[in-house]
Amino acid sequence: MASSLDEAAVRHVARLARLKITDTEATLFASQLSKVLEYVEQLNEVDTRNVPPTAHALPVSNVFREDVVRASWTTDQALHNAPDGHDGFFRVPKVLDQESS
Amino acid sequence: MSDQTLTTRTIVGLEIHVQLQTKTKMFCGCPVRFEAPPNSCVCPVCLGHPGALPVMNGQAYRWAVLTGMALNCAIARHTKWDRKSYFYPDLPKNYQISQYDLPLASDGYFEVQVGAGTKRVRIRRAHLEEDAGKNLHDTGNCTLVDLNRAGAPLLEIVTEPDIESAEEAYVFCIELQRLVTHLGVSEGVMQKGQMRFEPNVNVAIESQGREYRTPIVEIKNLNSFRAVRQAIEYEAQRQTAAWRENADYQLGTVPNENRGWNADKGVTEFQRGKEAAHDYRYFPDPDLVPVEVSDVMLEEIRAMLPELPIARRRRFAEQYGLSVKDAETLVEHRATAELFERVVAGGAPAEVVGKQLVNVWLKLANDRGVAVTDLGVDETRMAELAKIAADGTVNKTAANQIAEIMLSRGESPRQLAEELGLVQVQDMDSTRRWVEEAFTANENAVRDALQNPKKMQAAVGFLRGQAMKGSGGKADPKLLGELIEERLARLRTGS
Repeated sequence: MASSLDEAAVRHVARLARLKITDTEATLFASQLSKVLEYVEQLNEVDTRNVPPTAHALPVSNVFREDVVRASWTTDQALHNAPDGHDGFFRVPKVLDQESS
Repeated sequence: MSDQTLTTRTIVGLEIHVQLQTKTKMFCGCPVRFEAPPNSCVCPVCLGHPGALPVMNGQAYRWAVLTGMALNCAIARHTKWDRKSYFYPDLPKNYQISQYDLPLASDGYFEVQVGAGTKRVRIRRAHLEEDAGKNLHDTGNCTLVDLNRAGAPLLEIVTEPDIESAEEAYVFCIELQRLVTHLGVSEGVMQKGQMRFEPNVNVAIESQGREYRTPIVEIKNLNSFRAVRQAIEYEAQRQTAAWRENADYQLGTVPNENRGWNADKGVTEFQRGKEAAHDYRYFPDPDLVPVEVSDVMLEEIRAMLPELPIARRRRFAEQYGLSVKDAETLVEHRATAELFERVVAGGAPAEVVGKQLVNVWLKLANDRGVAVTDLGVDETRMAELAKIAADGTVNKTAANQIAEIMLSRGESPRQLAEELGLVQVQDMDSTRRWVEEAFTANENAVRDALQNPKKMQAAVGFLRGQAMKGSGGKADPKLLGELIEERLARLRTGS
């Protein structure tokens, strides 16, 4: 089964990621991303009927940390690479949509 | 629809976020602090810098499992972490680490006392996730972002829609707060956002032998128990009215929606429809390894499970003969409940200890804004005070006075009673003299006590107070009362 990504799907993903794309880009990305999917699809050739599903490749589990405070960054360090800041806050373009979880 | 005979039933499921009181965040060592200067508790991990790797907070995981156990859940022996993708400035990674298809706890229940009955609410699941930061919207054309809270450990608890009224939801939320504070896994302070409630509400309407269901509304922004109750009450009425107005207002026909609670106006307001279902594109987080819960780990956590508040309240009432109200007050905080039992273990009668804790010690602690265990008076001295009150060495007023003095002085309550002359005087002659003096000095009150039926009770109380005052607080109130009645009886018969 060959999966491909049409322009509508590209626009949907772009909207979810809050990216503005042009029609030309939608066409271009649809074909590029479809090629990526096709490439990954080679994995379907491997017979995995007897392989249990896993979310991880490493045979490691339970990596816990003690509940001990470690030094944080200073506010200046935190804001150092930010495009804009104000009184210790990050400053971003106004968000109106109340879509936090 | 003008049918007046319909019956309605409110259906509520709750989604609750509980902030765990770990010292550090879920996946990094930054402290979890309320009201710290903005962006002062952040690091590359919680800021979502490229290459930064999260590491699980073991304490948060254990506490989450502990809470799951207290909620009678099945504890998953294998879980993993998933990324929930969405784009919003309070979430710098553009995904939240959460648990999707393998929550750490599921299929439990929680029983609460509603009126005279017990209500069982099934728990669908409980899982851990990281909190988001805070956006400040009220600054012109910009949004200000503080990421101190980003990454704080949140336990999300989801109930089945078993709750059938605003009152049941209200009681459930309060009882859940008692549970998590009792377990010591959260401070549960609503004002600090440590507990957040999101009820899903709809109404089953029965009319002319048919049942109709209104669309499900998720209510946001609830920051008090009262708001939970009011918002559900409001929403049930609003939905019923909407259905009366338009019979098409039904589940499946009209989309579900999110509404925000406006506490000032006492109404819910439309936020967004749910027809555009969120596409969170969950997938396993490759940065975090799975958790395998061993038998040993389960047993270690189970050993941490204390007696739960409801059971403890019942036991206190039965075993110690406390009133339901006093038992409730004592069990409100685990430390107070445990203190009570230590004082009783010191050989003091439970009933007196209970009364003194509720009416004296807790009051002194509240006045000073400290916990009763931080008053600087230990269980041994509290037991001594209860003993000398119980055996009649001092009366209740004197005991209260001594309690306050004990906060600043280390002598035993008995020594303090003697030094301050508060040892109760049982002597008949002295008591009679204090009564005489009170009667002589307050002729009006005596007249009211004898002749004015409206003021009689108040006047007798006043005379008792005056006589007690005359004794310097040393009189035995019972004896005093008897002698006052005796004297009034004599005056009535004119002897």
